[in-house]
Amino acid sequence: MARSRPAPVWLLAAGALVGAAAVLPAAYLAVVVFGDFSAALETALSSRALETLLRTAALTAAVVVASVALALPIGWLTVRTDLPGRRLWAVLCTLPLVIPSYVGAYLLVAALGPKGMVQHALGIELPSIYGFFGAWLVLTLFTYPLVLIPLRAALRRIDPQLEDAARAMGRGPLEVFRTVVLPQLWPVIAAGSLLVALFVISDFGAVSILRFDSFTAEIYIAYQSSFDRVAAAALGAVLVVAMLLLLVASSRVRGARRVHRLGPGTLRPTQPYRLGRWRWPALGFCSLVVLIAFVLPVGVLIYWANKGISTGSTSWNTIAALGGNSLLIAVWAAVAGAIAALVVAALVVRYPSRMTRAIERLAHAGYALPGILVALGLVFFATRAVPALYQTIALLVFAMTIHYLPLAIGPTASSLVQLSPRIEEAARGMGRGPAEVFRTITIPLARGGVMAGAALVFLHAMKELTVTLILSPIGFKTLATDIWTQTTYGFYEASAIPALVLLAVAAVPVYLLSEQGAAPP
Amino acid sequence: MSHPLSQRTRLLAALAAFAGLVLPAGCGFSTEDSGGGSNEPDVEGITLYSGRIPAAIGPAIDSYEAEANRDVQVRFAETADLAATLVEEGDASPADVFFAQEPGAIAAVAEAGLLAKLPRDILDRVPARYRDPDGRWVGITGRARVIAYNKDVVSESELPPSPFGLTAPKWKDRVGWSPASSSMQEYVTALRARYGDDRTGQWLEEMVDNGAVSFPDNVTIRDAIAKGEIDAGLINHYYVAQAIGEEGPDYPVAVYFPPGGLGSLMLLTSVGVLESSDRKPEAFAFVRSLLSDRSQAFFTSSSKEYPLAKGAKPDPSLSVPVDKIPVSDASLVDLKEIQGTIELMQESGAL
Repeated sequence: MARSRPAPVWLLAAGALVGAAAVLPAAYLAVVVFGDFSAALETALSSRALETLLRTAALTAAVVVASVALALPIGWLTVRTDLPGRRLWAVLCTLPLVIPSYVGAYLLVAALGPKGMVQHALGIELPSIYGFFGAWLVLTLFTYPLVLIPLRAALRRIDPQLEDAARAMGRGPLEVFRTVVLPQLWPVIAAGSLLVALFVISDFGAVSILRFDSFTAEIYIAYQSSFDRVAAAALGAVLVVAMLLLLVASSRVRGARRVHRLGPGTLRPTQPYRLGRWRWPALGFCSLVVLIAFVLPVGVLIYWANKGISTGSTSWNTIAALGGNSLLIAVWAAVAGAIAALVVAALVVRYPSRMTRAIERLAHAGYALPGILVALGLVFFATRAVPALYQTIALLVFAMTIHYLPLAIGPTASSLVQLSPRIEEAARGMGRGPAEVFRTITIPLARGGVMAGAALVFLHAMKELTVTLILSPIGFKTLATDIWTQTTYGFYEASAIPALVLLAVAAVPVYLLSEQGAAPP
Repeated sequence: MSHPLSQRTRLLAALAAFAGLVLPAGCGFSTEDSGGGSNEPDVEGITLYSGRIPAAIGPAIDSYEAEANRDVQVRFAETADLAATLVEEGDASPADVFFAQEPGAIAAVAEAGLLAKLPRDILDRVPARYRDPDGRWVGITGRARVIAYNKDVVSESELPPSPFGLTAPKWKDRVGWSPASSSMQEYVTALRARYGDDRTGQWLEEMVDNGAVSFPDNVTIRDAIAKGEIDAGLINHYYVAQAIGEEGPDYPVAVYFPPGGLGSLMLLTSVGVLESSDRKPEAFAFVRSLLSDRSQAFFTSSSKEYPLAKGAKPDPSLSVPVDKIPVSDASLVDLKEIQGTIELMQESGAL
């Protein structure tokens, strides 16, 4: 790593701008908290807040461990073995990411809940899905692809010569994996786990439906029951602190490892491991995951959609208009998120310093907070500073971008880490300016990671609900807001069609993401 | 193993496809009809923040638009989220009217000093017990807290005269409630006002000890009763009427209005006009329209809620007369009381 070089001023300025934008919701929390500091402190330090924090930490840890436990074997099987149909399995195992957590929770309750469809069909009693277990299951199933995607990309990029050498020395496949492959994977596992952890602490949809009293649920209670903005902001501030601790922990694991190769082109295809008769349990494992995390929920949706269509209440023109609105927001958020993430990633990877690391941490602030706090923070600043932009598409896209920015930073940074700075230095040596090198060398070579990041932002912006309801232009509706409108009053059949359309559109970037692991960047 | 170029081609093709889909949408994004056709600021129109979903208010808006020849732009979201948004917006709010589904939300907005005093004629349209004593909001419809039950498992004669009876051993693990929902909290607040904190707290503890099952909201309780997860639950009456409307008369859930004491309780949905609005005359006209015979008839026939305007007739399916359902006194809308309720519910383990 080139530790000594200072970052170019223009890049630093752009990074500072991104950091300042992303920190707006947290700044709003600070404004409210310091408005009534003693009340805020009382809430944040109450034994109830502490208990909820511990409970949420336990859930977060459990989801992260389970996500890694799912992603590691799936990633290895679909990249490094001769598993039949491995590219299809890669897509199928990434697809659960398209299911919004609130929809996924409803669907799993419908399928696996007491007296649900599965119990009804099988005539057996399943363990209760409510509480810690259900929240853990749902959040794991619908977020583990956040670990799987970078993991597959990394498995592709790992130089196979080390493994070949280890194998030649007579080590078995498991030992090679543990001693050679796994150490190279820790950085991406840490990055993916961070995204999963931040998702879990900020999720409200799944935990409320599955009756798990998490920290975010507590924030919503503060708003919805006592309309206590100070208490809500105080709890939000605790989440920001928790986020910072997670970031520090994650960067410890990632460390300053030198994992880049000299550049693309030196990588030769690995010989896939032959699974032999192990292919049957491997196929069974992948099938089970896809069955529970994708086939089951989508099956319920299709069942409901069928009932909805037969009642003839579906307007395809409306659905198309909703889909267009969802796409509009998601595409612009993806583009803005990719650019902002590239700035942050370039700073932190190429010019590591206290300041660039601080910018990276600030950039995560909007992701750790539940949507309601992001939305209210922007309501607060926009109505005071830029009233002309309030409740416009521009502000909504801005909100989505800062809410989901970290999803794009991870993959972008990973691809930059793997790209040797010596290529950039060579270009500098040939007389090109830093901005030109960034444009002609860095961006094209990091394209795979940038696209993956953009796809992740796109996907989450498609599913987003709370921020859209509050900050969209008046009368603006998306597939997600339509699903909300229908399910609020329990019109599940009517909500199934927009939900299926949402899944179909969101599946496009998921396909790209799983291909991301199939070809070298 | 794919060649880098082919991946690049695929990515570019995907981008082009997205651009083709999105650019036309970007030229004129689509807005909901009942919320007004255009996104241009319309000096003639008003802006409504609605906690009520489109299906439950759309026709009432349409009839106002047709009669007054004005646009109504609507932002739909959760009532509590809208209340929080209004408080952050302060004087800069684009909203002229706020339609709250829960009494606490409108009280929060009123207490923040954001609601204008309503004209006398609007206040006079509604009996005094269904409006703010300070005249900043009026009730539009009422929802009764009731016991919903699965009629295949429970007969009405088995049900107790008030929810106090649900702590009996025979109801162990069979009853659902929603301690985190505002409607349940309003109900507990009313119990505290009538019976005191000790008796109410004791009931809450006994409910918890008796295995009352916590749900996030009324709909999930209703669906759990229909599926047989639980046999009875404390919910708002109209959710069941809606399901019967959708599923037909074989729907297994029925409602029971407990006759004793505060067995049932009327909760109000209500409307206020923002002090910051510069279109108050139009906003007041809209509130009058919501209280008109036509809109009141729409609310009661479509959502099976009680109409609250003087002289409005409840839907024939509402067999319990409106004046048989008690309303809590003004303490119901005092936020400090709700805070006390939450503390009591937390102490008793309900929340």
